[in-house]
Amino acid sequence: MTSTPHDAGSRDAGHTPARAGHSPIRHGLDVHDVSWSVKGTVIVDGIELTAPATKITGLLGPNGSGKTTLLRAVARLAAPDRGVVHLDGVDLARLRRRDLAQRLAVVEQHAGTDHDVTVLDVVLLGRTPYRSALQGDSSDDRALARQALAQVDMLDFAERRWSTLSGGEKQRVHLARAFTQQPALLVLDEPTNHLDIAHALSLMSLVRRSGLTTFAALHDLNLAATFCDHLVVLDRGRVRASGTPHEVLTPQLLRDVYEVDADVGVHPRTGRPLLTFHPPDEVLPDTAEPWIPGASATPETVARGRS
Amino acid sequence: MSGPPVTESPPPRSTHQGEDGAVPQESHRPSWRSIGAGGIVVLATALLVGSVLVAVTIGQADISIRESWTVMSDRLGLAALQVDALGLGARHPSQIHAEVIWEMRLPRALNAVVVGAGLAIVGAIMQTLTRNPMADPYLLGISSGASLGAVLVIVAGLGSGLVGVSAGAFAGALAAFLLVLMIGQRSGTLTPVRMILAGIAIGQFCGAVTSFVILWVADPHATQDVQFWLSGSLAASRWSSMRIAAVILVVALLLFLWHARSLNAFTFGEDAAASLGVDVNRVRWVLLVTCALLTGVLVAVSGAIGFVGLLLPHAVRFLVGPDHRIVLPLSTLLGGMFLLWVDTVARTVFDPRELPVGVVTAMLGVPAFIWILRKRQVRA
Repeated sequence: MTSTPHDAGSRDAGHTPARAGHSPIRHGLDVHDVSWSVKGTVIVDGIELTAPATKITGLLGPNGSGKTTLLRAVARLAAPDRGVVHLDGVDLARLRRRDLAQRLAVVEQHAGTDHDVTVLDVVLLGRTPYRSALQGDSSDDRALARQALAQVDMLDFAERRWSTLSGGEKQRVHLARAFTQQPALLVLDEPTNHLDIAHALSLMSLVRRSGLTTFAALHDLNLAATFCDHLVVLDRGRVRASGTPHEVLTPQLLRDVYEVDADVGVHPRTGRPLLTFHPPDEVLPDTAEPWIPGASATPETVARGRS
Repeated sequence: MSGPPVTESPPPRSTHQGEDGAVPQESHRPSWRSIGAGGIVVLATALLVGSVLVAVTIGQADISIRESWTVMSDRLGLAALQVDALGLGARHPSQIHAEVIWEMRLPRALNAVVVGAGLAIVGAIMQTLTRNPMADPYLLGISSGASLGAVLVIVAGLGSGLVGVSAGAFAGALAAFLLVLMIGQRSGTLTPVRMILAGIAIGQFCGAVTSFVILWVADPHATQDVQFWLSGSLAASRWSSMRIAAVILVVALLLFLWHARSLNAFTFGEDAAASLGVDVNRVRWVLLVTCALLTGVLVAVSGAIGFVGLLLPHAVRFLVGPDHRIVLPLSTLLGGMFLLWVDTVARTVFDPRELPVGVVTAMLGVPAFIWILRKRQVRA
């Protein structure tokens, strides 16, 4: 597996405030034979996969391939028709919902609210599974929440109102809330979907730095190639491929699953796969000519000509 | 592809200041945290008790404040409260005045408190559970069912007097809610959208049947009784009805408070609540059924008084923010206080005639509601 120069050192540096103390042995996530159908239509079928402990596992696949359904089954937001999901050796179906929420935290792609909550209120929601009905938030809870906010670089925003945040800030707050759940597994459902590239990169870096076992559905293949240690590709409800980014992201697979032509190169700085996609031939602009660096044009005119 | 081939590396975006042009901004919420949730609840409770003590001294019959309080302290056996004991030399209140205070004004004031409190807290819960700021206690067809039940009892001449009418109203409310549940659930799972749609449908249906029955009977006396019922009024308040409603209110309130944290977890929707460890379906069943029972009792006592359940929760959130651990108790206290004063106005300003309290809640409530909406827009 290719190393990741910018993050490799920090993976195990203990950035997470407190890793889940439930299970001393961390096996990671183990999905066995999970199927789910709605009214006779099979959405996911016999899914087998593992997400190794402390690694980021990316779940890829085109629209409608069953990514979200599989994530919902793993997080028990929907009960699968059959199959079992183990986390660190524990069958998740046997846990009470509250115990589950102490081990597994979810960040959705676009969870909003019209309640007039502050950032700190939202992060403190992460303590819900640890507190009984009438307990207030303890000073420990507040300390954890602040620590998580610091972890996502949002501590200065603690008293800000939710409605004043940008999309990237909201996702970072959701991530901080997930951290305060002190989970053993982070489940992310296309968390960067509405974010610009800078925020997408920064969010995934924060996930990586947390060192948590992560299972993330991702849309952007280059983002997945950059940040994931392990990839699983779904196609029409079944696992089509799994392995390291280099093993999985091949031109053949991209053609078969996504029905696109792509070149797979190597990212000059991360060493990860770098995908370049080709539009179908008939929509290429007529004037498209190969651009030769340094030939008779200033960078500006070249930029205009190519855009 | 776009962008010039030669680009400067973008400025580092890991810092958050000015991100997406969002201007850093201080929080201006009036902070109840400075005096604490306990402090604000104690303060509101004291105001509520004070309001009851003052409201019973106001009314048509000319009874002095001193006399009113003497009657109450006598009946409650609280010698310490007796104004006589303070050496003010009050004459002993007449029997008639004592009756007016103890049998009419006090139960009516307490009824107003219970009904207002109940409507406000049910409104707060319904707004959260359905994620709909327009939700109120009558969203699930309960008031329409109660009206139909009451009308049927009045028209059929079953059970003389108010006990029969209240029983009919309660039965109607339950029947309507059961229908809504049957339509709104699917294999044991409650979906708010389905329930709201079912509630609207059942409400419209009950309303149509009510109109039909009134036209069919065409008895001016019955029509007048029905009209009185439909506008909502506390004029028929008695100790007996107050006691039942108060007990149900207290039980429901405890149950609601027990779920305050779970309700907070609904801030980002049901999936978020579930992933925070809340058993969404169980919480919905428990809370909605409790809301329906409590609303049925309240409507049976007073008819369908509008706007309290819609307005008060918004007003309370405006004051203290959205945390249910403070919103629920404060809605209860302020809802009680609000309806007590509105009813006091309703029964005194056009003395000797009485306005239906529902008319006054709407006339006071709507402008206040609009004001809050406008404030919220500015702040958002």
